[in-house]
Amino acid sequence: MTNDVTHTADKTAAETPETTTGRRIYRPLTDIVETTDGVTLMLEMPGVAAEDVDITLEKRVLTIRGKVHATQPEKLQLAYAEYGEGDFERAFTMSDDFDPDKIGAQVSNGVLTLTLPRAAEAQPKKITVTAS
Amino acid sequence: MLYPTYTRRSDPFALMRSMLRDFDRTSPGRVTQPVFPAVNVWQGDEAVAITAELPGVDPADIDISVKENVLTLSGERKAPEIPEGGRWHRNERGFGKFARSVRLPFVAAEDKVEARMTNGVLRIVIGRPEEDKPRKIEIKAA
Repeated sequence: MTNDVTHTADKTAAETPETTTGRRIYRPLTDIVETTDGVTLMLEMPGVAAEDVDITLEKRVLTIRGKVHATQPEKLQLAYAEYGEGDFERAFTMSDDFDPDKIGAQVSNGVLTLTLPRAAEAQPKKITVTAS
Repeated sequence: MLYPTYTRRSDPFALMRSMLRDFDRTSPGRVTQPVFPAVNVWQGDEAVAITAELPGVDPADIDISVKENVLTLSGERKAPEIPEGGRWHRNERGFGKFARSVRLPFVAAEDKVEARMTNGVLRIVIGRPEEDKPRKIEIKAA
């Protein structure tokens, strides 16, 4: 173990009001991809189990919260820390053509994948022009 | 850069924080490529543990090796598969190969290393060899 200071990819704190316990809330890094039938979001939330994720879509605001299980190994003390542990929270403003009942969510290896299909009537229809 | 002063009246430090953030982004010291993954090291009488956050990495893609007192963690973060016709809105996560080495305070025995991955958090516990464990010294009466 060296005492050198290493620059690691910092987790940024979420811009939310303070917590009562003083724990940090982090902003999960997110990839967003637009597909033909909707939008897919991939959020990095290490330490969050599938049952601890809370997703709400209210008035176009999609809020994602994840509760972290602390990983303190038994009988050991933290000697050197490069990352902090804390819950995750992030909100996105979406367009209003998403159906909240059809949102799919799946957690694997600490990454939450959300699929938001666009409502059927909002899907673009191609109009063919016929020559007369 | 424009700093709005009227928002977040309830938090007087919001402006300072946002300025500091911009400063961090632009100052040359921080441009160096950050190291991945970030590790936390835990110590105790019986063992040493290393935890690392590796979201999106398949445990099968992680390689842990110990040589004398150096533990090396390497692997690959694979980019997500985008369906045909997909368009990126945002790409904040990183991908690619990574490797990190941590020097341990003792020479680790191969059979005393145990690694477990839960929800994207890797935990490696290395048992201390018998001769390295702290020993209580009895004081004899003269």
